[in-house]
Amino acid sequence: MHEEMSREVLARVVREHAGRLAASLVSLLGDFSAAEDLVQDAVETALRRWPVEGVPERPDAWLSTVARRRGLDVLRRESNYRAKLARLTWPAPAAPDDRLRLIFTCCHPALSRAAQIALTLRVVCGLSTTQIAAAFVVPESTVAQRITRAKRKIGEAGIPYRVPPQEELPERLGEVLAVIYLLFNEGYLSSTAEQAQARDLVDDAEWLASLLANLVPKDPEVAGLLALIRLHRARGGARFDADGRLVLLADQDRSLWDRRAIEDATALLTRAARVHRRPGPYQLQAAIVACHAEAETFADTDWAQILVLYDMLLHLTPSPVTRLHRAIAVRYARGVEAALAELKELGDALERYPLFHATQAELLRGLGRREEARRADERALELIANPAQQALLEQRLAWD
Amino acid sequence: MKYVLMFVETEQFAKELEAMGELEQRAAYEAVGRWFAENADKITHHTHLAPVHTATTVRLGQGEPVVTDGPFVEGKEVVSGFAEVEVADLDEALKLARSWPACPIVEIRPVS
Repeated sequence: MHEEMSREVLARVVREHAGRLAASLVSLLGDFSAAEDLVQDAVETALRRWPVEGVPERPDAWLSTVARRRGLDVLRRESNYRAKLARLTWPAPAAPDDRLRLIFTCCHPALSRAAQIALTLRVVCGLSTTQIAAAFVVPESTVAQRITRAKRKIGEAGIPYRVPPQEELPERLGEVLAVIYLLFNEGYLSSTAEQAQARDLVDDAEWLASLLANLVPKDPEVAGLLALIRLHRARGGARFDADGRLVLLADQDRSLWDRRAIEDATALLTRAARVHRRPGPYQLQAAIVACHAEAETFADTDWAQILVLYDMLLHLTPSPVTRLHRAIAVRYARGVEAALAELKELGDALERYPLFHATQAELLRGLGRREEARRADERALELIANPAQQALLEQRLAWD
Repeated sequence: MKYVLMFVETEQFAKELEAMGELEQRAAYEAVGRWFAENADKITHHTHLAPVHTATTVRLGQGEPVVTDGPFVEGKEVVSGFAEVEVADLDEALKLARSWPACPIVEIRPVS
């Protein structure tokens, strides 16, 4: 007797326990790949059985038992592993949260970005290969192969299972943050009003960022990324109209924004900024989004402040795409002509970037140069290959 | 674990080295010597190769072996030396490679 379980509940329970089990099994067996196989197996069993039988009272114990039993079965020839697994009992002795080691191993710079992402989703968040493939719209075999190769590399190239020493920490954290940021973008930009995916990457990205914030509480960029994700999500309710179409920022019904969540995320950002005087790129991006989120109406937007933040961001991470976004702020702070002048310098770098042409079209139309605007729009549409990219374009046009 | 660090030279690097004055060149060689000395406890073996214009390649398999002048891949990047190191894991090998003071590319491979 159980109610039908929502996908979110299932995802949440798995997410909470799969990574912990993986972390403790890697420690126990000393073999990343073997441990990961056992957890994946247990997770797949859970995804099959829990929707039918209900979530067990102790999901962690359940997963652990399945993994152990499976391990004793498949690792028959590895007597060393068998002996270790035989000692695995539940409840496990209170161990420190080992998931940080797991995260750093999955996001090791010796792995490709695509492998880091797939591995983190599977090992830390407990997604199945099928779920990852569905989320990224790639064949399952591609994901499976990527994960198999990454696991082999971890074992054969000697990628360690540990938290990097202090002097390497900033750089290595940067890798982890990049993975979470990409995950978030993928989920956020490709999402539609009727979410058809089995699992929402945005949930996983926020969960990962918040896990990392708990494990590395002193890093301001971790807090910055978490705030950035939460600020975006707090405005999620206004992103789509009743027909599921994207609504541009200027046209959004701001009463649908979650003010409480915006305040919380802004407070998180302020706390991080107070301790460390020099904000990094994630904090700056979050601050830009906070500026938008705090404006009561579109007309109240503090464009001058947004410009300052973009300048700081460009100073840290120069990029033509960021300059394009800045040009949109220039339009409201200094006028259309000034924005168009900024765009002129970006033409070479962004010739193949649809948003560049779409923005140019907007600006030209603002000046009444209709014919040129139409040509720019056409160029933008030429460059958009598929509906997902079209959604991305519209999203970017929403200036956030 | 045992790893081999492969030191890879680029055309650009070779030119820079050539353009250096004698003092600068000596300083560059000394930096390499210091790197080997400082990491002597981890380096089990190392070799510096003669310049690439001395290379000869033999291709086997299809009939008679074919001998050609030059390296096995013609390119702007050529292997100029090897060091075999014994360290705990890839991170330690990476740390060594990062501190390498000479040519701009280092490939790391575990020894199987």
